[in-house]
Amino acid sequence: MMNETKTILSTTNLTVGYKDKKETKPVLSNLNLNLEKGKLTCLLGTNGAGKSTLMRTIGGIQKPLEGEVSMQGKPIRSIDAKTLSKQLSLVLTDRIAPGNLTVYALVSLGRFPYTSWLGTLSQKDKDIIFRAMEATGILEFANKHIGELSDGERQKVMIARTLAQDTEVIFLDEPTAHLDLPNRIEIFHLLRALAVESDKAILLTTHELDMALANADHLWLINQNQSIDSGLPEDLVLNGLLEEAFQRDQLQFDYELGTFKRTSTQSKTKVWLEGDVILKRWTRSALERAGFEVSPNASDIEIKISGSLKAPLWHLNYNDTTYKTIQELLIQLNTQ
Amino acid sequence: MNAITQGKRLRAKSLTLLGFTLILLFLLDIGLGSVRIPVSDVIKTLLGQQIDNSGWQGIILKIRLPRAVTAILAGAALSLGGLQMQTLFRNPLAGPSVLGITAGASLGVAAVMLAAGTVTTTFSIRELGVDGSWLIIIASTLGAALVLMLILGISFKIRDNVVMLIVGLMVANITIAVVSIWQFFSDPEQIQEYILWTFGSLGGVTNEQLGALAIIVLTGVILTFFLSKTLNALLLGEDYAQSMGLNVKWARVGIIATTSILAGAVTGFCGPIGFVGIAVPHLSRSFLNTSDHRTLVPTCALVGGILMLVCDIISQVPGSQTVLPINAITALIGSPIVIWIIVKRKNLKASF
Repeated sequence: MMNETKTILSTTNLTVGYKDKKETKPVLSNLNLNLEKGKLTCLLGTNGAGKSTLMRTIGGIQKPLEGEVSMQGKPIRSIDAKTLSKQLSLVLTDRIAPGNLTVYALVSLGRFPYTSWLGTLSQKDKDIIFRAMEATGILEFANKHIGELSDGERQKVMIARTLAQDTEVIFLDEPTAHLDLPNRIEIFHLLRALAVESDKAILLTTHELDMALANADHLWLINQNQSIDSGLPEDLVLNGLLEEAFQRDQLQFDYELGTFKRTSTQSKTKVWLEGDVILKRWTRSALERAGFEVSPNASDIEIKISGSLKAPLWHLNYNDTTYKTIQELLIQLNTQ
Repeated sequence: MNAITQGKRLRAKSLTLLGFTLILLFLLDIGLGSVRIPVSDVIKTLLGQQIDNSGWQGIILKIRLPRAVTAILAGAALSLGGLQMQTLFRNPLAGPSVLGITAGASLGVAAVMLAAGTVTTTFSIRELGVDGSWLIIIASTLGAALVLMLILGISFKIRDNVVMLIVGLMVANITIAVVSIWQFFSDPEQIQEYILWTFGSLGGVTNEQLGALAIIVLTGVILTFFLSKTLNALLLGEDYAQSMGLNVKWARVGIIATTSILAGAVTGFCGPIGFVGIAVPHLSRSFLNTSDHRTLVPTCALVGGILMLVCDIISQVPGSQTVLPINAITALIGSPIVIWIIVKRKNLKASF
């Protein structure tokens, strides 16, 4: 394989889950995965599929039930905590709130494995902290307290802390869970840039399909057989594995839009749609929400979209009327 | 980055200011009391010079000096114990007494005072003077150590610190219940002895005992300072701490052991002094607006000493013969101060 040398972390026949005195509860089994440097890998799965369990296990926090996790060819269990902490850093879902800690102090905690017993920072440590804050764009609030930050800023601070820890592998558990769309996009872009520019292996868990499809170089997809399919996002879409993984009753993957939709059991009025690609896409979205089905075949109801993007017009065949908004069009369709 | 060095300078300034306040209150504490002694005479006596009034010299060196030193030691020890418990459990309500350490010490003392048999033997222990109080100190230390061993044993089985906190509270409750049953079957005179001890007292520590207390507390303070980096890592929670290479189990053992030494010793010598351990870490964090333990450890020690000196001065009711129980004063004076600071400075709410 071409990328073999880039693999930094791998699992062999790994089974993760929980164990108590009575029974073992495997969550995911038979995992043979490779994490590569310079790539953003997304671990995608539904709620409760075992994303966090897997991440905690390959991060060395939790013991595997079976199999092995290797870091640069070495079993992770044979690496002592201090050495491991220089190779792998984490951003967890727990909302940390030491409100009196400054951003600078929190980021400098990342130097923990490198500093002396008192945690005194050398010039080299300070340079690394500075660069970490620069890369994540948080220099301007270096002296703010964590309590004063927004969720998005806080997440960037936590990412800066992992950069200060200076590890080749970074794991992030649901890094965009509490964030709004602009912040989500920003965090994903930041992580991709970090992976590519500093040749780090970044693994993050998410249940946000669209973000993962748009930004991941590589996807680890938790399927319904308690295992993981791995590959390029688009490949997993096209071979149907993605749809299978999220398969639920009344849920269908829209291959054109790249999102899941609820299918209703009611019979729907079929509509035929023609026009500009963008206008068609949004018209279709409104029609489907209103309970119509856009059919590729000819239908009694035909809608032709004309005009420009800024001033589109919708023409309905059966009453030969032109509408200026989708709203007006829908009112007419619903009164039919 | 400039602002960071600025912050350091501010911290150095605050620590110096607190240091001066501590010295000032120390002198005031020695000077004030049923007999008022001018501060200049206090300083002279402390520097080993002769003053005109030899009676004053006796009062200063034999009674008030050990008392003031005890106040500083007790304040510092309890505050550092509280700081470590709050950080370990990431819980603002934790204090040195949460793990049952104080309750264990009380059990030890109760064992000596209540099980000593008849009233006469209890009084004879009292009459032995130094030996009697040593017996109480040893018993309370043993009691604290016993509970500590139990807690440490359980702590190896439990991963979660919040569960650990609940276990600690339960152990404390069991210990208190044992003392309570013991009291129920004891003579009123014996109970009175015990209750007097629970009021807390800074005056009962003799010069010989003070040496022992000072060594124990200073050891604890130094150990706590050595733990500052560990405590800083724990601010983010155990998982993060572990991911940064910290051995969480041993860190916990270290923190619990250090807290027990600090709180156990002070409780043995001075009785169960409440409040200081919970309040001072909050005050310190609020004053300096930091969670960095390298700063918080010295600050807590100083603020703890200052608060105990203030409480001691008030408990003496300057100018009168009355002495109020220190345990009541710490809460009575301390609580309004804490409420005032919380309301005044709004940076306290999100410490954890």
